[in-house]
Amino acid sequence: MSETPTASVISLKDVHKVYSSGETEVHALRGVSLEVKRGEFVAVMGPSGSGKSTMMNLIGCLDRPTSGTYILDGIDVSTMSKNQRADTRNTKIGFVFQSFNLIARTTAVANVELPMIYAGVSPRERHERARVALASVGLAQKELSLPNQLSGGQQQRVALARALASNPALILADEPTGALDTKTADEVMRIFRQLNEERHMTIVLVTHEPDIAVFAKRLVRFRDGEIQEDRPITHKDNASTIHPPVEV
Amino acid sequence: MRFLDIQRMALHALGKNKIQTLLTMLGIIIGVSAVIAMVSLGQGASKLVQDQVAGMGQNVLQVQGQNQWQGGGARGASDQSQVLTEGDVEAIRKEIPAVAKAAPNVQAQGQFVFGNQNWSSRIQGSNESYLDIRGWKMAQGEFYTENDIRTAARVVVLGKTIADNLFPGGDAVGQTIRIRNLPYRVIGVLAAKGQSANGQDQDDTAMMPYTTIQKKMQGQALPRIQQISVSAISAEATGPAKTQIEALLRERHEIRPGQPDDFRVNNITEVAEAAQATTEVMTMLLGSIAAVSLLVGGIGIMNIMLVSVTERTREIGIRMAIGSRGSYIRMQFLAESVILCMVGGLIGVGAGIGLSLAIASYMGWPSYVSPQAASIAFLFSAVTGIFFGYYPAHKAANLDPIEALRYE
Repeated sequence: MSETPTASVISLKDVHKVYSSGETEVHALRGVSLEVKRGEFVAVMGPSGSGKSTMMNLIGCLDRPTSGTYILDGIDVSTMSKNQRADTRNTKIGFVFQSFNLIARTTAVANVELPMIYAGVSPRERHERARVALASVGLAQKELSLPNQLSGGQQQRVALARALASNPALILADEPTGALDTKTADEVMRIFRQLNEERHMTIVLVTHEPDIAVFAKRLVRFRDGEIQEDRPITHKDNASTIHPPVEV
Repeated sequence: MRFLDIQRMALHALGKNKIQTLLTMLGIIIGVSAVIAMVSLGQGASKLVQDQVAGMGQNVLQVQGQNQWQGGGARGASDQSQVLTEGDVEAIRKEIPAVAKAAPNVQAQGQFVFGNQNWSSRIQGSNESYLDIRGWKMAQGEFYTENDIRTAARVVVLGKTIADNLFPGGDAVGQTIRIRNLPYRVIGVLAAKGQSANGQDQDDTAMMPYTTIQKKMQGQALPRIQQISVSAISAEATGPAKTQIEALLRERHEIRPGQPDDFRVNNITEVAEAAQATTEVMTMLLGSIAAVSLLVGGIGIMNIMLVSVTERTREIGIRMAIGSRGSYIRMQFLAESVILCMVGGLIGVGAGIGLSLAIASYMGWPSYVSPQAASIAFLFSAVTGIFFGYYPAHKAANLDPIEALRYE
């Protein structure tokens, strides 16, 4: 083991996840091992039922593996309590969801401040940081707008600002463009890439659209609870080369 | 997470749905104001009784002739004034250690005349102890003395109502007035006592030595007494005093064992205590009925909070995903219900005070706002908030973030 543990943001070793409902057991993940280093931009793909959502929940500390270990930013989170996981989500992970998931009837800036409220950041500091985060996604003028006054793309950018504001080790985006039209999706993805290239943010992006996956630099494809494909995405790749290999 | 931020979040959430918030609060407002109004009303009534009891004098026993005679198997009413004598008064005063003072009561009626003013009123004849026993005070002048009683002096002490009517300009003391065509010198004016329990004007009375009434007004050959007012040495002594007076009078009136008394001893303290107990029970009863409405308000809060938790499941999921601990969610929802209840409680206290003052003035009772009831009702509303808010808050805190995020 020549690597220092902190070099990897995500380190999964032989992770299994089994859901049991009564008699039947569903094996959602069957021994997944994955390393994601600081500054990587990974697209996680796979058909529904392939285990990518389960993977997402584990990486996001919303759930615990049945067996195996998960080291996030140097800390073993696979054995953490509920509260410890909440604190970890708060400080280490920035979530971006498909349906934006902003708190309704709450201003953009207040939405961005929310994670910092739970972190106990002082009102003045969190307000300042929220404004900076909003400005960095190009929404400096929309601080006091309510979610329903913003377009889908703008709402997703607010969500991105919320994810960024607490300066997390990892940004976890679950189908972030699923509810956006192609043009807006493209805009949002440019911001992701910019964050990765300019601020070296580590990003894990779950998507089923090859068009979106090409913005990433590494492709991890799931199938039947296992990693089927793990390769870099180069400038030679386009939407068609990222399509899943046709089964024979 | 900071405490102030929880409050702010809760207030923000309550502000989002103002009508729902207001309606939920209404239950608490009505509950708290009802408790305060009912308890204040009860305590006002109780205070009224207390004042009236204090007005009757302390540790007072009243001896009356019983309206009954029995002879040869026949029974019927007898003239009560034929029963009690001056000798009974003296015997009660001297022979019973539990008795502090005793005074005879002789009553008369008359037209009071001074100059061109006149007023018809009652006259209470008694001895020099009467003032103390019945808790009267002098406003001006002096009460009559033992010497006045011995000489059956034509002196009179006026109640405030008579004095006001005969002497509109004041200065009654030293004047001579006529009652039943005989002149009487006014030696004093009594301090006002106000209305009695049954709404009678207690100040519409005059007092003079009982001997004066017997000899100068009624010209009775055999001095008879209608009532004897007795004060016991202490509140505890009223019971023993009653028994001892009964025994003494049976002996003096030569009543054989088995025969009924020809008199009756009323313990006013006992009556007062009974009245007091009644109003207290009433207060408790009214208060508990009102408390039920507070309880209903609390259940309303629980209901709304449960609906709110379901409505906001997704929001709770978001909050958890971005790093809220379950306990923060619990605190936020708890804060919402406690704020609801406390604000409702405060408004309820205001409304309750207003309501009790309004009812008191309508009933003509002394307006009285019970500070205990107000603070207890307010505290209870806060406790209601915690009690009925806890379950919904707990439910919210225990949601699974993955499930909650998926909730539509």
